[in-house]
Amino acid sequence: MGDAANGVSAETERFAIGISFGNTSSSIARISSEGKAEVIANEEGDRQIPSILSYIEGEEYHGTQAKAQLLRNPNNTIAYFRDYLGKDFKSIDPTPCHQSAHPQQSDSTVAFSVRDSPSSETPNIVTVSEVTTRHLRRLKQSAADFLGKEVNAAVITVPTNFSDAQREALVAAAKEAGIEVLQLIHEPVAAVMAYDARPEATVTDKLVVVADLGGTRSDVAVVACRGGMYTILATAHDYELGGASLDQIIIDHFAKEFIKKHKTDPRENARGLAKLKSFGEGTRKTLSQTTNAQLSIESLADGIDYHSTVNRTRFELLSNKVFAQFTGLIEQVVKKADLDVLDIDEVIFSGGTSHTPKIAQLAHNIFPEKTNILAPSTSSTAINPSELSARGAAFQASLIQEFDSEDIEQSIHPMVTVTPHLSKAIGVEITSAASKTAFQPLLDAETAIPARRIAQYLAPKEGGDVLVRVCEGTRSIKVTKPEPKAKAEKPAQDDEDDSDFDDSEEEEDDLREVVWKAEKPVAEMAVKGVKAGGKIEVMVHVNPDLGLQIAVREVGGQNAVRGAINGSA
Amino acid sequence: MAAVQTVKVTLPSLPQGWSADKDFKPVGALSAATQRNLEPVGPHFLAHARRKRHHRTFSEDERIQAQHNVKKTEDEDDGDISEPEDPMMLTREAKDWKAQDHYAVLGITKYRWRATPEQIKKAHRKKVLRHHPDKKAALGQTDENDNFFKCIQKATELLLDPVRRRQYDSVDEAADVDTPTKKQLQKGNFYKLWGPVFKAEGRFSNKQPVPQLGDENSAQEDVETFYNFWYNFDSWRTFEYLDEDVPDDNENRDQKRHVEKKNANARRKRKTEDTVRLRELVDECLALDERIKKFRQQARAGKDAKRKAKEDEAKRLQEEKEKARLDEEQRKKEAEESAKADREKNKKAKEAAKNAAKKNKRVLKGSVKDVNYFAESGEPSAADVDAVLADVELIMAKIDTEELAELAERLTSAGKNGAAVKSVYTEEAKRLVAAGKIKESEVKIFA
Repeated sequence: MGDAANGVSAETERFAIGISFGNTSSSIARISSEGKAEVIANEEGDRQIPSILSYIEGEEYHGTQAKAQLLRNPNNTIAYFRDYLGKDFKSIDPTPCHQSAHPQQSDSTVAFSVRDSPSSETPNIVTVSEVTTRHLRRLKQSAADFLGKEVNAAVITVPTNFSDAQREALVAAAKEAGIEVLQLIHEPVAAVMAYDARPEATVTDKLVVVADLGGTRSDVAVVACRGGMYTILATAHDYELGGASLDQIIIDHFAKEFIKKHKTDPRENARGLAKLKSFGEGTRKTLSQTTNAQLSIESLADGIDYHSTVNRTRFELLSNKVFAQFTGLIEQVVKKADLDVLDIDEVIFSGGTSHTPKIAQLAHNIFPEKTNILAPSTSSTAINPSELSARGAAFQASLIQEFDSEDIEQSIHPMVTVTPHLSKAIGVEITSAASKTAFQPLLDAETAIPARRIAQYLAPKEGGDVLVRVCEGTRSIKVTKPEPKAKAEKPAQDDEDDSDFDDSEEEEDDLREVVWKAEKPVAEMAVKGVKAGGKIEVMVHVNPDLGLQIAVREVGGQNAVRGAINGSA
Repeated sequence: MAAVQTVKVTLPSLPQGWSADKDFKPVGALSAATQRNLEPVGPHFLAHARRKRHHRTFSEDERIQAQHNVKKTEDEDDGDISEPEDPMMLTREAKDWKAQDHYAVLGITKYRWRATPEQIKKAHRKKVLRHHPDKKAALGQTDENDNFFKCIQKATELLLDPVRRRQYDSVDEAADVDTPTKKQLQKGNFYKLWGPVFKAEGRFSNKQPVPQLGDENSAQEDVETFYNFWYNFDSWRTFEYLDEDVPDDNENRDQKRHVEKKNANARRKRKTEDTVRLRELVDECLALDERIKKFRQQARAGKDAKRKAKEDEAKRLQEEKEKARLDEEQRKKEAEESAKADREKNKKAKEAAKNAAKKNKRVLKGSVKDVNYFAESGEPSAADVDAVLADVELIMAKIDTEELAELAERLTSAGKNGAAVKSVYTEEAKRLVAAGKIKESEVKIFA
């Protein structure tokens, strides 16, 4: 009976996983009993499961097995379908599907025509929603097999520009596959969270650039992390840039070599091209690990076996242009957020293409030295970029698994998520080395309010009365011509608040640094009779109406100076 | 969030002449904030959402969360033993264990047959902690009465053995739900009153899950499944628990066999009674179920509509057939009449033609007679007359009626002029020869 069935499903315990559903590949992850995120391997041992389904005589192949069918059975193999979900035929870009089943119009949605049943000789029309359902069902099964428990809920990651229709279509497709979607979260935020969920991570205020370089598209976002809360400041997308662009370079390289030797272009027949693409992708991935990679294809064209090698330097030289597109995209998004590369504290590389060492190295050159570039080639503690989204989703799943769906819905309602953010940093005025007054930010700009921060500052060495002037500050980029003594700066602070930088080692000659300036004083307070070498603790609490509560006291002292400023808004 | 960060920068000294009330001087306000969308992920966001939804401040939220966490652990501690103990139950004799309510003894009456082995174990532990004889001794109660402790042990032993637990559950009347009375049902609430009855009865089913009664909107299929299930109910209910004790001394084998036989009979009888009882219960429910009436009405309405449609169709076909038949008759009649008229007309025309031909022939013969058979003078000889007449006969035989009429006309216009008549004949004979109807040699006079 209808309601009885509902009753049963509500009673059964929810068991949630994190799913990263990509255009090229998908991953599933789960927080283990020790609180560590682990990405689950499917039956074939793959942790990055290609989002591909293939049908042979009605039998469904999934993942790597299906990918192998791109060579032999392209017409009954469906790939790169994620971006078609919830869209109408007019607005999709069918290019990635050139070598697999072609998308076609079906009513208001996109469909593929494949022979997916053993009996019929004629192809069936399978809508993209149905394909997604089948794909998710396989992922769910893999997770259930691995964990030995029925999986019935998930947090799924989506790109930041996923429309409401696409979200609805995804939720419906997941429901069809027996997965209750607890929440859809944005891929870049999932990546940030994957890092922040590590037990050793501390909650800091930072600006993070997340570069999600996928197989067919790349998305970059600037995320402000303020007290563990995330706000996306800007995003940039390139739908034609990704691992496939690099594969194309490899393909062209080997194809040219082949033409030179054998006078035929293997790219001209579909099968040769598919072989080149499949093996070229493998070669490109190998080049991320080693400096030399081989490519051997049997019967590439005209029955000729082909064997060749390429080294990393060669590949990097050839790919210069594409690499420049990647870095250009990153720079573009920083600019879009009205920020400077000097403001960025962390760059997280996510997605399979991020394994390419050169991209991270180029990013390293753009950003100042103190910026933490989290990619396998630049940081030994980096998490596998392919797994970031799934891990973040798994972490979120573990957090909200126990909640009622109503509770989750209420929490992610715009009423709660839309919050005022500080437009300018709040901090205190300090004396800098040159006995001039400077500014030390305490609450950074783009901090969601209400917010509360406590910090301890040194009092003047000789002690006595201390002035605490809380003010708003602005940041400007000071560009100076390099001088031989330019490095005589104060050493960089070990905290994340970037008061001043070492000069950045950029190729350009100009020396650029961040300068903070106190702009608008908000309150002044006096702490009297501070001991020599004492410390002052300042607590600032910003109300949602922009009112302030400030408390200042000497550390270890009894009397605190308190005051409030009424909010204007 | 509230972690203190230490920043190694120095604050300025207080300038001379600075003073304010309570050492605090507000001098400005913050610039306007920008509205942005927070990403709804991560533990800190959840905390933020909680604060915002319940309008709490940071410290309030921290306090409430802390309290909440503490309460949770306490709840877990005494969750299963919260049921009060009946003083009558505490004074029970242990040897009378068969009559005791094992679930009540362990304080899990709200779960009963739904209690998991873990819950039973936990409940047992709690009860033992409270009622262990050593505890009583420690409290100074010297009566060596550990009856209730024995009851607890018995109850646990029984409930943790799945076979014996089923036997007990079979006769655990406290878990039964009474069938609603007519009076209760008069107020409506049919589904609310009968639902729990079937839920409770469903515990005896070998087949799980048991279909539920549903409500007034349940589909016909579901309702049918429900009643079919209950009419074919497959029950594991047994009544061994109510058996009379079998004497286990070896002295009287006959007595033992007798009791065993009696027990077996009693069990069988109870089982049959139970089956009958359940069947009656389902009958009763079915009789009162409005949905069955509704479905029947719907079915009847459907059938009526079908029959009417069928009849209409038959009638229509009949009418069509009748009409077709009438049309056919009409058509036949008309055809016959027209054929008759045609025949008459033909006959008349033939007759007229015959008359005309006869007349014309007479004209032909008359014309040669009028000109005296072309004799220049006097009586023509018999041979001449014969020859002329033979030729005329020849022409007459060979030409058709129209030509004959034409010839007759020309002859009439030629009148009694012998030469003209002759030339007319000659012309005609020539034409006939040219047409190949007669041979030149045959024509004698008009050649």
